[in-house]
Amino acid sequence: MAEVLIVAEHDGATLNASTARCVSCAEEIAGDQVDIAVFADDGQALAAQAAKLAGVRTVLLIERAENAHPVAAVLAPQLAALATNYSHVLGPSTTFGKDLMPRTAALLGVGQLSDIMAVESPYRFKRPIYAGNAIVTVEANTGATLVATVRTASYGQTGSGGAAAIERRETDASIPAHTRFVELRTASDGSRPDLQSATKIVSGGRGVGSGENFALIYDLAEKLGAAVGASRAAVDAGYVANDLQVGQTGKIVAPDLYIAIGISGAIQHLTGIKDAGTIVAINKDEDAPIFDVADIGLVTDLFTAVPELTDALGD
Amino acid sequence: MQRILVCLKRVVDYNVRVRLKPDGSGVVLDGVKMSINPFDEIALEEALRIRERGEVEEVVVASIGTSDSQQQLRTGLAMGADRAVLVETDAQLEPLTVARTLLALVDRENPDLVLLGKQAIDADNNQTAQMLAALWQRPHAVFVSELSIDGAAATAVREVDAGLEVVEVDLPAVVSSDLRLNEPRYVKLPEIMKAKKKLLETIAFAELGIDATSQFSVVSTDPPPERAQGIRVDSVEALVAELKSRGLVDG
Ligand SMILES: Cc1cc2nc3c(=O)[nH]c(=O)nc-3n(C[C@H](O)[C@H](O)[C@H](O)COP(=O)(O)OP(=O)(O)OC[C@H]3O[C@@H](n4cnc5c(N)ncnc54)[C@H](O)[C@@H]3O)c2cc1C
Repeated sequence: MAEVLIVAEHDGATLNASTARCVSCAEEIAGDQVDIAVFADDGQALAAQAAKLAGVRTVLLIERAENAHPVAAVLAPQLAALATNYSHVLGPSTTFGKDLMPRTAALLGVGQLSDIMAVESPYRFKRPIYAGNAIVTVEANTGATLVATVRTASYGQTGSGGAAAIERRETDASIPAHTRFVELRTASDGSRPDLQSATKIVSGGRGVGSGENFALIYDLAEKLGAAVGASRAAVDAGYVANDLQVGQTGKIVAPDLYIAIGISGAIQHLTGIKDAGTIVAINKDEDAPIFDVADIGLVTDLFTAVPELTDALGD
Repeated sequence: MQRILVCLKRVVDYNVRVRLKPDGSGVVLDGVKMSINPFDEIALEEALRIRERGEVEEVVVASIGTSDSQQQLRTGLAMGADRAVLVETDAQLEPLTVARTLLALVDRENPDLVLLGKQAIDADNNQTAQMLAALWQRPHAVFVSELSIDGAAATAVREVDAGLEVVEVDLPAVVSSDLRLNEPRYVKLPEIMKAKKKLLETIAFAELGIDATSQFSVVSTDPPPERAQGIRVDSVEALVAELKSRGLVDG
């Protein structure tokens, strides 16, 4: 029988939505045999949040001072120690999970499956390769612990209303001191919705032209209650911070509405937006590849169209 | 530092639109342009800059793959690496096996730093650096966009979902590069000529005695689901009407 352990992602105070998405994936693998591990220095409140997620059996709370920050080298030996009781260990395919899960797998002497997008059976999955240009169906040996990351854009969040038991755990894993967290620099002030859970996103590309001009994107996003995203070119040019990058090497998003403005639609960008419900493209080049995937395309100059659109949307 | 080991993977060039074999058995590779994985190229550029700052003696590039991977190693030598090692195999190795193989190279070369790309743009796994560090029992810093070496430690700025995370790691360590770490140099013709004289050693994978059992098998490779054909609108007004009719904006 499959039993899944999910590692919770959090910022010390709040559980990241990626955890509730992992639960949705885990339920397809193991029904109600799904536990969550919360590593923290002071994690009672986090464990309580995890316990409310529908479909969770038990929340394991592992509190120690070293767990104050998500350092993979610190968490991996503890997660590996807990993993021995489970057939599957899952983490989100966010930067947190991508950092931690391969290290955990290697400590267990097993491989890792990246970016589960569909569960066909407890040991058969679909995942994207080549920036989403191909989807492979992969079968894993049933004899080894299956460590994997879950492509969060492929799963909705499980509901709330659960009442899982919370158990404190200690592991005798030895924790290295060779990796030290120094600081986290966040550019966004938290006033805009988070890209990975936003239902609407307005994204700007190189066509926006400058950091100042990005005000157009922010104004429209404000009107829509949307998150702001960007192409790599816009981030590289310094218009906006790196955490806004959408794409193969940035964030994979799944909003109901994605508005791409001054973005050409390179394959590496498109792979990040394939799960969007409706894609709108505004670009002055009618041959831009973004129009091949757009549900609604408007060929025009963004500097006139975007302010007009913002105005037209009323208050 | 004495030595940096940089890992280079031969992959389909990022400008190529990959095509699938109609029978679902994989991606068409025949006659397709192959290059160094762009993230690995960035890792090599970083190693070369560290050497140019006088902070390391030697930069060694390594690849695991078919004999064709010599081309990518030669390119690495032309960019400025001092010598190259190819672990030759025709097999498709899983990341854990790759990490075990790299560990064998680490044992031979004793690098102070291993630099490689955060992911290869073919399988998009994003695992090898983390796995190598675990097997080596050393630190890793992945998705790095800024790196500085100070004596026995390195400080890395990492691109994470919440912004930028700064970590300090003791050396030796494994570091994986993100796109904004640097912009790789162009190779000049005289460098290509010079690179032909540099040492490129080949080791047969079998010689290393590494467990290469695979845990995963690919059942089929299929195209992604296609999106329905979209429409064009000719004015902002029409766009707003369309968004309203689909219930995506109020009104
Ligand atoms: C390994 C690798 C990984 C990558 N990962 C990512 C990734 O994660 N995310 C990502 O986005 N990219 C990624 N890229 C980069 C990608 O290949 C493209 O270079 C990038 O997406 C281009 O960004 P852009 O569309 O903003 O810029 P451009 O391609 O320069 O497009 C700008 C667009 O703006 C339009 N425009 C200009 N002015 C106006 C105007 N006044 N009005 C209307 N339209 C206008 C132009 O017609 C053009 O289509 C990656 C590349 C590599 C090699």
